[in-house]
Amino acid sequence: MLEIAIKGSKNYWLWIVFLLAVMGAGAVVYIDQFMNGLMITNMSRDVSFGFYIANFTFLVGVAAGGVMVVIPYYLHDYEKFHRITILGEFLAVASLVMCLLFVLVDVGQPTRLLNVWLYPSVKSVLFWDTLVLNGYLGLNIIIGWKVLEAERNQVEPPLWTKPLIYISIPFAIGIHTVTAYLYCGLPGRGYWLTAILAPRFLASAFAAGPAFLIILCYIIKKFTKFDPGWEAIQTLSKIVCWAIIANLFFFLCEVFVVYYSNIPGHLAHMQYLLFGYHGYHALVPWMWTGIILMITGAVFLVIPQLRDNKTMLPFTCAMIFIGAWIDKGLGMISGGFVPSPLHHVTEYAPSGKEIIITLAVYATGFLILTILFKLATQVKEEVRG
Amino acid sequence: MMKKSRRSFLKVAGIAAIGLGAAPAMNFAASGSNGTALAVKSKNENVLFAHRWGMVIDTNKITDEVVENIVAACHKAHNVPDFNHKVDEEKFPGTRPVNHKQEVKWIWEEHFQYAFPDKEDEFLAEKFHDLPFLVTCNHCKNAPCVKACPTQATFKREDGIVLMDFHRCIGCRFCMAACPYGARSFNFRDPRPFVEEINPDFPTRSKGVVEKCNLCAERLAKGEQPHCVEASEGAILVGDLEDPESEVRALLNENYTIRRKQSLGTEPSVYYVM
Amino acid sequence: MNKNYIITGLVIFVLTVLSPFWFNMITTTQAAPEPELVGKAKTEKKCVLGKYEMRANHMSLLDEWRDSVVRNADRMYTAANGNSFNMSLSTGENSCLGCHEDKAKFCDSCHTYASVNPYCWECHTNPKEIK
Repeated sequence: MLEIAIKGSKNYWLWIVFLLAVMGAGAVVYIDQFMNGLMITNMSRDVSFGFYIANFTFLVGVAAGGVMVVIPYYLHDYEKFHRITILGEFLAVASLVMCLLFVLVDVGQPTRLLNVWLYPSVKSVLFWDTLVLNGYLGLNIIIGWKVLEAERNQVEPPLWTKPLIYISIPFAIGIHTVTAYLYCGLPGRGYWLTAILAPRFLASAFAAGPAFLIILCYIIKKFTKFDPGWEAIQTLSKIVCWAIIANLFFFLCEVFVVYYSNIPGHLAHMQYLLFGYHGYHALVPWMWTGIILMITGAVFLVIPQLRDNKTMLPFTCAMIFIGAWIDKGLGMISGGFVPSPLHHVTEYAPSGKEIIITLAVYATGFLILTILFKLATQVKEEVRG
Repeated sequence: MMKKSRRSFLKVAGIAAIGLGAAPAMNFAASGSNGTALAVKSKNENVLFAHRWGMVIDTNKITDEVVENIVAACHKAHNVPDFNHKVDEEKFPGTRPVNHKQEVKWIWEEHFQYAFPDKEDEFLAEKFHDLPFLVTCNHCKNAPCVKACPTQATFKREDGIVLMDFHRCIGCRFCMAACPYGARSFNFRDPRPFVEEINPDFPTRSKGVVEKCNLCAERLAKGEQPHCVEASEGAILVGDLEDPESEVRALLNENYTIRRKQSLGTEPSVYYVM
Repeated sequence: MNKNYIITGLVIFVLTVLSPFWFNMITTTQAAPEPELVGKAKTEKKCVLGKYEMRANHMSLLDEWRDSVVRNADRMYTAANGNSFNMSLSTGENSCLGCHEDKAKFCDSCHTYASVNPYCWECHTNPKEIK
């Protein structure tokens, strides 16, 4: 099937070349980081995870969000999702590759990465996270590929893909739960030490993932002859709607507990993010932007007339996607480190080089996404002939 | 028939190739009379042993001068880089400027409200406000960093010391997020240009690994007390917490002591006499 | 007709794949260096293992040593031949470099020749190199 990817229009190739250029720029900067260490980032002794891990966390969510099309289609035989299920699976593949790349660029000794499996540590959540992430990636590649191949040959997908599909559902929940457990099991970090972290991660994932999928559907419709179907998009937008409301609700619960209980170790982080702490407030405008974007997005999706407005929907989805990114990417990770366990304040903003490497990882993901989506849409066009 | 025999040939050849590759290692492991099989690994004769090493810091005896000596002794002996050190341009040409937020430290001074943020108090006795408090790795009984480490590069020795294996650390920094005491530092860059005078008896670190206080494991192994104890003029005592007869236990018995963030259940092994 | 193409292709392929060997045959003139024993190492005549075993397996031995020292706190190594050593690259008289005084002649000459670049010395220091 891969031969489909090397035949494309001028625009297709321009896009590919653009992505390769960004990847190239990132590779050059990464060589600097590889040779000289993570000093090129703005991470510090106090804020020891930064932009890489923040984007990693967010993208695990996007990957898990793919399950929101898999469940209705495979568990409830929701036929409307027939055309877009493969898109959800391939989006998960691209997201997971980005996740693994973010881990790779984040570690100080990348050549020793396999030590995680050479010396397996069952008590370490990170060890389990590598297992579920790689497992979910493998599952989605196999499932997506086999199902698409079967569709191209106009036969039923092999029977053994069925159990894999069912397994992939708990795996999707699992990747984001385990990723949340990375943070919420740490005794000294008040912002993360909350049982609702995993549910909150899932809620924001089930909003951001499908929201992004809706935007992708619009792009596909514009640039290919394949139509994902308006009804499928409508159903997706309802999923986004309830997920983002759940996310906001969980956040509200968090805010209530923190402020009403008034325990300093938990309060300080929230205070820093929402109102500033001891005169430091780099993230305050970002956080409020994120919250306003998510609330406005939720309102636009709740009101049927606005949700069904074809021109408005992609913009609403973009608002939610960006809002969730700020909430989970920028706020969640930095917020956990400020103030430090000793209640010193060290603020963090990514360095230019960090941003270039991050963009290159995104470009790699988009390259994979572009190729996979081209395969999927072309095959579906062919079949419908 | 042809096909089958070819397949079995490939199988045999493959196994043989694996055998060839593994032979040296297997020979090494199995080598008899003059190999390693009969070798004995043991501790030094004068090693100091404890069931659980602990530290008691008498805050009454800690002055600014003592603090300075302790930090200097520890950091010098362990080749801890000092980002304020002027880099020798001849030896390390083109060294880039430092980011002081990426510093490395094993033991350092904090004020009371930072060392004990959960004990912050509006009406705290004057004298505690400006008193220097030494903080370092607590070698916790239930160390969150040990649990967090995905490669067992951070591990707990049977004598209670929480130790780093710099050879194995992948630099994921999960332990830094897990430590409630900010005791850990990451080598964001090669530390060597910032070590004033390298102590050849202790390794420097490479970029990309995490480090922290090792309770001078290398000195206990030789029957010597940690550097901080020696430099402290009697303010710091290191001994066996599990031994009721030990000096540290006597101190704990006679004085009111506190530990950092006790409520987290990590069971720190560093006590402060108030 | 095709046969010629295939054979030419194969020849080019083999030549290219083996290019590092050709390159070395042309550019390298020196023979493999022998590690040179100087000073104490020359007179003492006792080591952990025999010469050939050391040559083949010193890396495995060092790997075992570092695990033993760091993880098990066992620092003394009494070899099967009765000699005992401090399991350390460079600390003290009874370590590797304590006896093999010249790192350049003992370690580096072979490592350079074989193009291996062990990262031991990123952290461990040769006491002689510090002024």
